[in-house]
Amino acid sequence: MSAEIAAPRSQRIDPKYVRGPKSRSSFEMLAWLFMRLSGVVLVVLIFGHLIANLLTGTGINALSFGFVAGKWASPIWQFWDLALLWLAMLHGTNGVRTIINDYAEKHATRAWLKGVLYVSTIFIIVLGSLVIFTFDPCVVNSPLPQC
Amino acid sequence: MSTELPEPASKIELKPGVGGGGEIPTFDITLRVRRYTPESTADAYWEDFKLTMYGTDRVLDALHKIKWEHDGSLSFRRSCAHGVCGSDAMRINGRNRLACKSLLKDLDTSKPITVEAIKGLPLEKDLIVDMEPFFQSYREVMPFLINEGHEPSGERYQSAEDHAKFEDTTKCILCAACTSSCPVFWTDGQYFGPAAIVNAHRFIFDSRDDAGDMRLEILNDKEGVWRCRTTFNCSEACPRGIQVTKAIAEVKQAILSRTI
Repeated sequence: MSAEIAAPRSQRIDPKYVRGPKSRSSFEMLAWLFMRLSGVVLVVLIFGHLIANLLTGTGINALSFGFVAGKWASPIWQFWDLALLWLAMLHGTNGVRTIINDYAEKHATRAWLKGVLYVSTIFIIVLGSLVIFTFDPCVVNSPLPQC
Repeated sequence: MSTELPEPASKIELKPGVGGGGEIPTFDITLRVRRYTPESTADAYWEDFKLTMYGTDRVLDALHKIKWEHDGSLSFRRSCAHGVCGSDAMRINGRNRLACKSLLKDLDTSKPITVEAIKGLPLEKDLIVDMEPFFQSYREVMPFLINEGHEPSGERYQSAEDHAKFEDTTKCILCAACTSSCPVFWTDGQYFGPAAIVNAHRFIFDSRDDAGDMRLEILNDKEGVWRCRTTFNCSEACPRGIQVTKAIAEVKQAILSRTI
């Protein structure tokens, strides 16, 4: 029942609290800065996206394959959506990364969770970018007039 | 000649029954203390003490009453008992407070008042935690004046404006109420913690100090200021009213403007 009680004032520090080697890079600072800058840009991008899709024309009823095809015919919307994809993914990933850092208590748990996070982020960014760049509206039996 | 002496001028006519210590209202409270006695039981447990306290009493007085009149085995730290030494920071009703600055009448006495040790540091006994990791982070930010110039023969003068930049952070008493209220510190104890950053801030923004860059470099660590999530627990907990989160933000700004 009784626990081992260490001698007081022995200059000991619980190993749990011993900090790892000092990080030389400014990665955490850049990540912090990126969160703030991307956040501001995302507000503009997201509201632009919502207004263009939902408030102009007939709103939600106009959304279809053809609507997206029409938007991506313009390089401005291609760039807009690409920026939205990249910034939202990186902003979100960095946010989840800090949440994992804050809540995971074991080093192994942290490494696994972050591994899964990074793999899925890369997958979605690559897939999304491919779709935007290689999008072809003329699928088989396309009803679109330009095909 | 009258033998009667005149009444002293300071004498005040008191109505019967007014005055004296008995006039301070008393009330009954239940103090629910988180006990941890590793020499006899492995786990911490709650113990209730029913006490009759005066309206002028603080949580510390209630703890004294327990220790002196009910259970001498109760262990807690206190030194000056007047909110200056920073020994008796504890979690009172779930919030980090100094027991010597928390009046019982300000708490809800209809319910048990919970008192437990501050979180995030290794518990040693009852309300006593191992403060060594806390002071280690404090030492790492070099909380002392470093000046490379010639030593002046008199005082090192400073303008009132220069002093105002770090005046707030000079008030720290190292009670650990802020660091042990920080959820990021609770996770793994690796974060430097608000108190270390506050004490770094005190020298970083001191015009007489030359080692600000070194301290900023130390706090640019992955466990440094960037782990702050601005939850404001530290500012809320500080018994000296230091704007801790603001000080951390100022250190962030200083690191940023130094690099960019």
